[in-house]
Amino acid sequence: MAYKPPKQGLAGQIFDVVTLLVLTIGALYIPLYLGLAGAVKVPNPIANPTWEALGQNAAEQQQWAALGITDPAAANDIITARFDYSFSWSALIVMAVLVIGYFVMVVRLSDREYREVIEERFGDKKR
Amino acid sequence: MANVTSTAAEPERLQLLRVLGPAHIWALGVGIVLVGEYMGWNFSVGKGGMIAGLIACWVAGLLYTCVAMIDSEVTSTVAAAGGQYAQAKHIVGPLMAFNVGLFLVMAYTMLEAANAITVGFLLDTVAGLQGHTGLNQQPFIILAIMFLAWLNYRGVLATLTFNLVITAIAFLAIITLFISVQFGASNVPLDFSAITSDPLPYGWVGIVASLHFGLWYYLGIEGTCQAAEEVRSPARSLPYGTMAGIMTLLIAATMTWYVCSGLIPWEYLGQAGTPLFDAARVTGSTSLMILLFVGTTFATLASANGCINDASRAWFSMGRDRYLPSWFGAVHPVYRTPYRSIVFLVPIALIFALGAPLDQVVTFSILSGLLGYTFMTFNMVMFRNKWPLDTIKRGYVHPFHPLPTIVLLILCSTAYFAVFLGYGTQLSAMMCFYIVASLWFHFRRYQFVRRGDQFTMPWPKPVGY
Repeated sequence: MAYKPPKQGLAGQIFDVVTLLVLTIGALYIPLYLGLAGAVKVPNPIANPTWEALGQNAAEQQQWAALGITDPAAANDIITARFDYSFSWSALIVMAVLVIGYFVMVVRLSDREYREVIEERFGDKKR
Repeated sequence: MANVTSTAAEPERLQLLRVLGPAHIWALGVGIVLVGEYMGWNFSVGKGGMIAGLIACWVAGLLYTCVAMIDSEVTSTVAAAGGQYAQAKHIVGPLMAFNVGLFLVMAYTMLEAANAITVGFLLDTVAGLQGHTGLNQQPFIILAIMFLAWLNYRGVLATLTFNLVITAIAFLAIITLFISVQFGASNVPLDFSAITSDPLPYGWVGIVASLHFGLWYYLGIEGTCQAAEEVRSPARSLPYGTMAGIMTLLIAATMTWYVCSGLIPWEYLGQAGTPLFDAARVTGSTSLMILLFVGTTFATLASANGCINDASRAWFSMGRDRYLPSWFGAVHPVYRTPYRSIVFLVPIALIFALGAPLDQVVTFSILSGLLGYTFMTFNMVMFRNKWPLDTIKRGYVHPFHPLPTIVLLILCSTAYFAVFLGYGTQLSAMMCFYIVASLWFHFRRYQFVRRGDQFTMPWPKPVGY
């Protein structure tokens, strides 16, 4: 016998949408508000910067000028900024467990639901 | 204009219009993605240097070629609105479909927000060049999203025809810049000396890290199959439009890297908001600047336009299947568009466009896309296992199976590590979001879903069930 889902009222529909919205916005904004988001590119400015000291040849100096930056001091932070790619292995393992665990969980629960779908769709029919 | 009326089985249900051809599919795919050449890709240069940026461009191209091959086979067989969402529903199960629907909505809505941010940033830059500093970007961001949502509300044919035109112009702008620079139109010479003087500023890890934003060159090409229910001949148009799209993007991406890396110091390029427009500025040619201003504007609008189209189709499909409240599954009685979904997603896009930094928004879009590509790997294997080649008719059969699947899985794993390098918190937050959302769906929302309705394709029973 086919499964008959309950009828959902307006309040329930609104509740479900609000739940998803809160989750979605929270996923982006919580790391932002906690100051945990984004890779920090740290400038390492040099003292008394010149284009040569910043490693910029004549052509590159022309390019900087065309971009509106003629003073090497103004480019000091941009040129010397670097990402820090050091990481903790435990954080990497946590991430791997989260990603793999997520997919395993979704596929297993999906399969349980899928069997109900196939059972109802095909029943005992042989196609 | 076929299929505008209701079906015999459900006389009250309106259908989406089948009016699109292969060119529209190309425009939808390339239109969404071409903005990736106009902004965002260059952060890969910032994460790894010039060479790393180029390698990321090609490796990401390989990843998306695998995506396009796999997607073309499955989509040409499961031709239904929602694209990968409909695939997941028929091949893996409802919870996976719900997740894939969320991947699509998140990826496209974030991309739409990123486009709107870029429009605002570009106008601010141009205003600054004209001596008007401190332009308030927010009205332009709001206006761009509202206008495109209105266009989508009014009808898919007009929307994608609009996309076809502005995408073509944006693509021609890149080619024109490339050719002009080759023929000496730039006052400043191309300079690739950083390739030898500072080849890998972060070493080999920089190459891996740069793959994170390398995905941005092509992110969204899989959106072609969102329009499956609105295409006149899905089995032909979807593979043709998608594969033509990925070839177009590979060419455009390589030309973009070449011109920008040659004209802009890599340290500046790695953090630029509008790199192609900046390259045009460096040439000193006013006409090229205007052209690339128009190109950037059109690329962002085309992309946002396609994103609204795709995100709303995915949201609509989930509403129609009761994965979300069924209120979202309505089709407009006159325009035959999923109008409630279109309108509902507007404020969400605005929240992100007005409140979050560009690289965060881009990262969230990339992460959702990446999760979707990971799904494609086991989805493809399950598709072939449950329905071997001789059991159902496929519009397209991709060659060398399972090689593209294996390559895609390896590249996806590498890309997760690339995102982890620097953006690990966002990755963890995103995974927590999807885990909680999955539990919410399985234990609460699924009770409202009609089981048998989740399988609508005229296929035999899957092997093993």
